[in-house]
Amino acid sequence: MSRDEAYNFAYLDEDTKRMIRRALLKAVAIPGHQVPFGAREMPLPYGWGTGGIQVTAAVLGPRDVLKVIDQGADDTTNAVSIRRFFNRVAGVETTTHTRDATIIQTRHRIPEAALTEAQVIVYQVPMPEPLFKLEPRLAETRRMHALSDYGLMHVKLYEDIARHGHIATSYSYPVMVDERYLMSPSPIPAFDNPKMHRMAALQLFGAGREKRIYAVPPYTDVRSLDFEDHPFRPHRADACCELCGSGSSYLDEVVTDDRGGRMFVCSDTDYCESRQAGNAKEEAA
Amino acid sequence: MMRPGFTAPVENAQACFRAVLDAISRPGRVQILTLGLTPPAPLDIATAAVLLTLVDAETPLSHDAGAEADSWLRFHCGSPMAAVGEAAFVLATGKPPALAGLPAGSEEEPERGATLVLQVASLEAGTGWRLTGPGIEHEHRLNARGMPAGFISEWAAQRGRFPCGVDIILCAGDRVAALPRGTRIEEG
Repeated sequence: MSRDEAYNFAYLDEDTKRMIRRALLKAVAIPGHQVPFGAREMPLPYGWGTGGIQVTAAVLGPRDVLKVIDQGADDTTNAVSIRRFFNRVAGVETTTHTRDATIIQTRHRIPEAALTEAQVIVYQVPMPEPLFKLEPRLAETRRMHALSDYGLMHVKLYEDIARHGHIATSYSYPVMVDERYLMSPSPIPAFDNPKMHRMAALQLFGAGREKRIYAVPPYTDVRSLDFEDHPFRPHRADACCELCGSGSSYLDEVVTDDRGGRMFVCSDTDYCESRQAGNAKEEAA
Repeated sequence: MMRPGFTAPVENAQACFRAVLDAISRPGRVQILTLGLTPPAPLDIATAAVLLTLVDAETPLSHDAGAEADSWLRFHCGSPMAAVGEAAFVLATGKPPALAGLPAGSEEEPERGATLVLQVASLEAGTGWRLTGPGIEHEHRLNARGMPAGFISEWAAQRGRFPCGVDIILCAGDRVAALPRGTRIEEG
């Protein structure tokens, strides 16, 4: 599909892009710090990635190749509609292959394949404030970030251990960025947290309803909070993917009937499909 | 006669922004802009492009570039002019103002720290200063000729106030590099 000329390139007007670009530069300069920005109303509801879309629109150029995933999958409603949106308003090439993409917009996953220096990953963030559930007053959380005072979060993790015997946070697991700012990694599974640590690609985060942008530059320390005697342990279902046989990827549990039947499959569809294609080639050979 | 701005405003601004985003994400890496831009003296292509890309009516600007550049900036960016201590963007083509005199933001709002667009004589990666910090795998080397004497100690003093501070976009000819406030600089 060619670009719809009725819209400015990538939908947003140039003033808005400049404002978002300035916020992005400050966000990169202060890793993990939430920068407020004047989020616009977008042609999709809050919760569907309005923040991520605005960040992508401000960064995207005509030669970029865009990949959009929703919980790891390229073929779900949210991913398909955002990909088509940018294909229409920017005319950019889109792909489902992680290695071919220059910009990857994601909802709640990081691809299994390691990202490179030539790539930018844009996270859709519903709630940028990691302390929100512990302290609802934004004026207070701002001060806690200013003072790097994150004792409250440690208490929460400690109470998890006291109650359940382990840290019971399996997604949106809080991280420290460059040992300065506590940051929400967006609701990615804790399994994906280690991929953020010293990632070669630039990581940008956009929260549309909450009007915040933050970022992690390449090769920056991202440490999941834990205790010496209760080290961080990412959770993974104890199974292999039934489609490609992967024993190391993040798995979705799929219910197959109403008699308790279930199977585990990779959450990252591109990873799974390329492994299946590889397996098929091996069998043919 | 007034010199023109970007020939293709949307594409040029995007290309320039990506170069600056790459520069600030990987401090010390030099980005090269390929734009047909004919800015007024004393502005280099990169300096003018960075200003056209980031500065507008919402960002008070302070500069030392003289009358012709002043009217060019007012016309194309439409930014209000401000004193160095109140500017969001500070352009220095000659001797830059002291870093400590620029807005550094506050502990709660460090993003209000100014951006210093500093035009220098030349930028060369691979030699010179040793840079470390976020965005850098091991170390990057950057040789920026024409930096003011005492800059390294000024930078170290500002580094101690992190997250408050000033971010610097270095421009020379068609080249751009950046020094975000978190970068550590040592003499090479």
